Amino acid sequence: MRGSIKDNSELFLKNEERANWHDKALWFVREKRDLAAKSVPEWEQLREKASAVKMHTLSNLDRYLIEFEENAIKNGVKVHWAKDGKEHNRIIEEILQSHQVKKVVKSKSMLTEECHLNPHLESKGIEVIDTDLGERIIQLRKEPPSHIVMPAIHIKKEEVSELFHEKWNTEKGNNDPVYLTYQARLSLRKDFLTADAAITGVNFAVAETGEVVVCTNEGNADMGTHIAPLQIHSMGIEKLIPKREHLGIFTRMLARSATGQHITVYTSHFRKPKKGEEMHIVLVDNKRSERISREKYWTSLKCIRCGACMNTCPIYRRSGGHSYDATIPGPIGSILAPNIDTEKYSDLPFASTLCGSCSDVCPVKINIHEQLFFWRQDIGRSNVLPKSKKISMKIMAGVLGNPAVYKMFGKMMRISLKLLPSFVFENKLNTWAKNRKMMEAPKESFQEWYQKRKK
Amino acid sequence: MKIALSIPCFIDQFYPQVGIAAVELLEKLNIDFEVPKNQTCCGQPMANSGYEDEAKKTYHHFIDLFKDYDKTVMISGSCTHHVQHNYTNIEQTKDVKNVRNNIEDISQFLLEHYIDEIGPVHFPHRIALHTGCHSLRGQRFGTSSELVTEKKTGLEGMLKHVTGVEVVPLSRPNECCGFGGTFSVVHEAISIKMGRDKLNDVQDKKIEYLISNDMSCLMHLEGIIKKENRNIKVAHILELLNGSIK
Repeated sequence: MRGSIKDNSELFLKNEERANWHDKALWFVREKRDLAAKSVPEWEQLREKASAVKMHTLSNLDRYLIEFEENAIKNGVKVHWAKDGKEHNRIIEEILQSHQVKKVVKSKSMLTEECHLNPHLESKGIEVIDTDLGERIIQLRKEPPSHIVMPAIHIKKEEVSELFHEKWNTEKGNNDPVYLTYQARLSLRKDFLTADAAITGVNFAVAETGEVVVCTNEGNADMGTHIAPLQIHSMGIEKLIPKREHLGIFTRMLARSATGQHITVYTSHFRKPKKGEEMHIVLVDNKRSERISREKYWTSLKCIRCGACMNTCPIYRRSGGHSYDATIPGPIGSILAPNIDTEKYSDLPFASTLCGSCSDVCPVKINIHEQLFFWRQDIGRSNVLPKSKKISMKIMAGVLGNPAVYKMFGKMMRISLKLLPSFVFENKLNTWAKNRKMMEAPKESFQEWYQKRKK
Repeated sequence: MKIALSIPCFIDQFYPQVGIAAVELLEKLNIDFEVPKNQTCCGQPMANSGYEDEAKKTYHHFIDLFKDYDKTVMISGSCTHHVQHNYTNIEQTKDVKNVRNNIEDISQFLLEHYIDEIGPVHFPHRIALHTGCHSLRGQRFGTSSELVTEKKTGLEGMLKHVTGVEVVPLSRPNECCGFGGTFSVVHEAISIKMGRDKLNDVQDKKIEYLISNDMSCLMHLEGIIKKENRNIKVAHILELLNGSIK
């Protein structure tokens, strides 16, 4: 059963010190992003271009997918098409089984999270090691990522130290990040050297050349694919761009938006298999093609997974990624998840003040806050919300749609606020007044004042 | 030009002094305007909750009141934004288009056309400014901190002829206050946390007044201030410019 973001965030906020720490850590990344973006005077033009390239590609996706496949096959790559997550997992399992793979190293991929690949492979007796440091930490903790770029951002270094001590017998109480990273490196090095296959996600796929591009800071995608005989790249079909010349638009913005770096440490192009070995690319739909047909929501497919909307979101920062209980949290997750299952994720579009910071920070100009508003309407119409909510809305509509009722209602409210003791309003039933004083009632409304004055 | 003044429901009921400041300011500027009778609400609370269809009657009532004016001047960027962007589920008649195209937040209206005729006003206090998010990002009243563009003046520009005032920048320029309409009740815990974080910043900087162009942000923040006995005052920019802050 999925927990609601309301309950989860309330729990998260109970530990205020930790919530403050989380909020500040992410705001720091947002500030770094601002500095990096401002170092590019043509930033807004880049956003415009990136959006246009993505819109064009999505509008012609059928053509570009075929072009990509043709070119990839020419390069000697084996291309697979997966309708959904299940098929994706089955394809990967079959590739791995046919090579008698016992151990896989994986670099960061939100798609394999979306498809729940790890538990699937583990159930078939295949060991999966996540090699991105943050991913490895949460894998050891048996947790999902709380952020799409910084999956372990919710964990403190002291907790990492304890975890490593418990799993790898590292020095107890040594919280030095350099020490801890080195220990992770020692452990991962063994995995890299003994893995039979490497799986990576994909940041961009170039139709004209049939290559995939993977951006990492740790070089783990490279080390994995270079050492292991078999390499597999999983990608959502929306990752395509038409030509190599378009790539620069995105690589200039991806790292700046994500972490405030000018570029990721590694931008690796994978085009053909190593000599005598195999390279596979799995193209995954998982309802993406269905989303292209949704007029209000298709542009959410422009997303390049930079995570900037999470870092800027005042709600995400104060709730933590796990509170969303969805593969992708934050503002973008809240407009993606209802596409997959509207009822299950119906609470997410309401977890926003619609302040619009997400849309302004988005490097590909997705109108995230507007889509949140559209989802609210679709959810409201679909009858998945509690009946009581609809009834209260009908009452409100009755008051606000009729000036005479509005006047009477307003007057009654103000008189009661004045005359009745405060506990009548400031009680458990009035959520507004739980942590706020009720508004003071003026002796007359503005309209009463204005009418009197006119006479 | 026929101008109408539009009053949001919460200002009508709880903050008449802001509406009064608007009337007095417009009169001082010799602007000819009317306040149509029987105003209620723009319908945002229903739509915000996912029930825009329930708001249709309210939308039609709003259009009926303002359809014959060349300009509707509204005392809230958020309500203005709602009419501009979200009146999409009713038939787009000539009247509907007219109101949607010609509605403007009063702060923006005054800044664009009348700012040099307002004041001088003496306000010798330390203040912080808070632009409502819908004004900032919906109407580009000022420049949001995410954008890499030339900075447009917004709320700060309205202080052009205010003397003695000291404007103290907040640590997180234009972070949302946490009101968000029905969000403030549905996600009460986050809403309160956002409000407190902003107020803590204001308090740390020893700011006396928090001034906004959106009374709904201030309604939420004032509720927290009073509950926690904080030493911060809030006021609408119109009250400041009208010299009517008590």
